[in-house]
Amino acid sequence: MLSKRIIPCLDVRDGRLTKGVKFAGNADIGDPVEAARRYYAEGADEIVFYDITASHEKRGIFLEVVEKVASSIAIPFSVGGGVSGVREMRAVLNAGAEKVSVNSAAVRDPRIIAEGALAFGSQAVVLGMDVQAVPPDDSVPSGYEIVIEGGRRRTGLDALAWAREAVALGAGEICVNSIDADGTKEGYELTLTRLVAEAVPVPVIASGGAGSPRHMLEALTRGRASAALIASIVHYGEYSIPQLKAWLREHGCKVRL
Amino acid sequence: MLAILDYEAGNQTSVRRALDFMGIPSRVTADPQVIARALGLIFPGVGAAGQAMRHLRLTGLDRLIADWVRQGRPLLGICVGCQILLEHSEENDTETLGIIPGRTRRFSPDLLDEDERKISIPHMGWNSLRRLRPSPLFAGIAPEAEFYFVHSYYVEPAPEYILATTLYGLEFCSVLGRDGLWAAQFHMEKSGPAGLAMLRNFYDYCLGAADAE
Repeated sequence: MLSKRIIPCLDVRDGRLTKGVKFAGNADIGDPVEAARRYYAEGADEIVFYDITASHEKRGIFLEVVEKVASSIAIPFSVGGGVSGVREMRAVLNAGAEKVSVNSAAVRDPRIIAEGALAFGSQAVVLGMDVQAVPPDDSVPSGYEIVIEGGRRRTGLDALAWAREAVALGAGEICVNSIDADGTKEGYELTLTRLVAEAVPVPVIASGGAGSPRHMLEALTRGRASAALIASIVHYGEYSIPQLKAWLREHGCKVRL
Repeated sequence: MLAILDYEAGNQTSVRRALDFMGIPSRVTADPQVIARALGLIFPGVGAAGQAMRHLRLTGLDRLIADWVRQGRPLLGICVGCQILLEHSEENDTETLGIIPGRTRRFSPDLLDEDERKISIPHMGWNSLRRLRPSPLFAGIAPEAEFYFVHSYYVEPAPEYILATTLYGLEFCSVLGRDGLWAAQFHMEKSGPAGLAMLRNFYDYCLGAADAE
């Protein structure tokens, strides 16, 4: 029986973590490679890196980070941010990532999903979607709209329709990030997570809003997610991954210990 | 040194990185002379069986693998490298190497999980093993250890080759083989400490086999 996955997410700018990561009894770590090593040792099932480097020239620094991570951990990891074509996908996969995540670029040109799936297989292509709750209308019947550019721009796309289209094009997994819940630490958007998970046959990763292990349990049961993305709940030393996993297992959720 | 067969099928570098991580010497190569000097051969694979077989036939590596096994030298197949050791794969209806009796089949989308919901395909994520036979590959690894799977096809070898099974919609063979000839469906190079231990167990077996000669 498949285990639910716990996935810490690290934001990287110019080769450094944007906010430090603090492990129990230790000072902040700003080095993404060291943080990846620590989460690997703690039992993370996968790790996600987002490159939020603004300038194109500094892309090389990020690829060096990806290569170092690949040589430091023996679990899958995915990379997102700034990926707008098959060339960038190939660069991060060659650097040692298992999966590459596309978001805004796929909304602008959905062909990137099909081209990536054809070149590297569906298992390597993750669709990241940022979603905002809106009053339902003809173009967004579910009441969940896709937004891009970090939530600054609405697209008029319905989240469920977009999820189905992306899977038909070849996306192997979908990471559903609720803009409304993101950063609140009040829990994942369960209705949205469940709607997407029931609309597509591929695994769904819940993202945005984790503040406690109970929130993760809810996303993995009622939300029907296959995996829970976590950030501040572990980055600031509030919980460790073994603590979260032990709690989840005690509450009937199958996780890898 | 372990040779990692280079046949343009994906995960050679991640296998090499995992071996580097443990300080086990390895080479990613398709050169028969380099392979001849190796203590053991790792046969990785990502991608489609049809394409992999075409490349192996075109380069003569299919015969190299068959000869290697005939000489009783240690081989470890991973993922697609496990599947194409069998006789036939439903993926692209491909005749495969035929080193192990049996077939590779596609997960039916009608299979149900433990909640009676249709399974997602591919089977992707961490899953455990039920060991049916002892193997040196399992040495020192906890019985409940989990491994990282990504696949849409599964192997159905002759029963005497099944070393361990895994549950996903059905109970399928996840580790197969006999002494010195092994293969696993999961990616041991991506399966954390348990997966690394399995790679090390293979290397230790290869060292022992070399000493015995």
